[in-house]
Amino acid sequence: MHLDHSHDGPAAVSADAVRPDGRRRALRIGLGGPVGSGKTATVAALCRTLRDELSLAVVTNDIYTREDAAFLLREAVLPPERITAVETGACPHTAIRDDISANLEAVEDLEDEVGPLDLVLVESGGDNLTATFSRGLVDAQVFVIDVAGGDDIPRKGGPGVTTADLLVINKTDLAPYVGSDLQRMERDAKEQRAELPVVLQSLRSEHGVTDVATWVRERLAAWTAA
Amino acid sequence: MSRATLLVLADGRFPAGGHAHSGGAEAAVAAGRIKDAAGLEAFCRGRLHTSGLVAAALAATAALGVDPLLLDDAADARTPSAALRTVARKLGRQMMRAARSTWPSPELDALAAVRPKGAHQPVVLGLAARSAGLGPEDAAHVAVYEAVSGPATAVVRLLSLDPFDATRVLARLAPELDRVAADAVAAARRVPDHGVDALPAASAPLLDIGAEAHAGWAVRLFAS
Repeated sequence: MHLDHSHDGPAAVSADAVRPDGRRRALRIGLGGPVGSGKTATVAALCRTLRDELSLAVVTNDIYTREDAAFLLREAVLPPERITAVETGACPHTAIRDDISANLEAVEDLEDEVGPLDLVLVESGGDNLTATFSRGLVDAQVFVIDVAGGDDIPRKGGPGVTTADLLVINKTDLAPYVGSDLQRMERDAKEQRAELPVVLQSLRSEHGVTDVATWVRERLAAWTAA
Repeated sequence: MSRATLLVLADGRFPAGGHAHSGGAEAAVAAGRIKDAAGLEAFCRGRLHTSGLVAAALAATAALGVDPLLLDDAADARTPSAALRTVARKLGRQMMRAARSTWPSPELDALAAVRPKGAHQPVVLGLAARSAGLGPEDAAHVAVYEAVSGPATAVVRLLSLDPFDATRVLARLAPELDRVAADAVAAARRVPDHGVDALPAASAPLLDIGAEAHAGWAVRLFAS
């Protein structure tokens, strides 16, 4: 018995950057955040924006239904074979952080079946402010909150708000209707996150998902160059 | 054998996918067969003496070094529900990933190469135990414990059952777990001379039927 990591085996056992066939695997980006903050809508918008320039696929983690995957299929943002749903047994954070095996298999199966892929988006089930992705599963993570969930969320911080590689404050168009102070949210977020970027977004505006898509392209360029 | 290594493999937080499965408890709760701690205990006892015994015997035999492909076929033959065969292979694949990463061995690599989408979980569990330097008794104990701890954890979530009640159920079953594990190991030791037909083939028709129905539900907390 030896405990050293082995690269000789017939299949990947971890988040190795190189697939068993020697090709570099796709960049994996996780999207997490509270229930109803607009994770699925952001994924759908990213797919529409990026699908003509990149080969991409999506893994959804529904908590007790298949609605997120069904939404993406219904909206036809990608061909059905490029969307996979993982079941999480009432614990969405476990499947993206503590026991990532089902998600890793979903990602690898997508690369085997519809690859080569440039990008895989892994959407977590709606969770709480502590949900973060394991670095064994994704290369970068986006945390999505929305203005209607309360404008004190950035101030409260927590692992998602504080450490995600990109924080998205979504549904800015609703701010006047729910009494949320956008400037305060942005200021609090920047205080919590130091140098890490923050995007304020309304998918109903013309600008839509542009800023997040730009960030994804930058991450992909860095991944490809590495 | 290392007792601490056994604890690592048996830990409910060992990252091999078990958290998303209820071991048939979700279907049994919906059918009204588990309503309280007493119902949970009866369910666990039934699962222990049927699929738990079979899983433990397969795991113990794999830990002895018997050809895992023979055991994989034997597991197929002992799992009449197609839904449960799918689950067993899915969990086997997840266990394989965790085991190869934790206790790498040529035997695990060889099985992963011929069963890339997963061999039956108890077979992979037994081989994982072997790669970790554990023996058939250890593998059988992990298998019987998984047979009851999965449903117990799931029922805490499904029924909001008092977690202390669920843990007392497991503690009361412990002597029975030891006996079933011993029977499983005894069967495993007969395999080298008598072939895989020496392995138990106890079945639980309600678990099979419940699993088939559950696989068709549109809304569920657990994958099985």
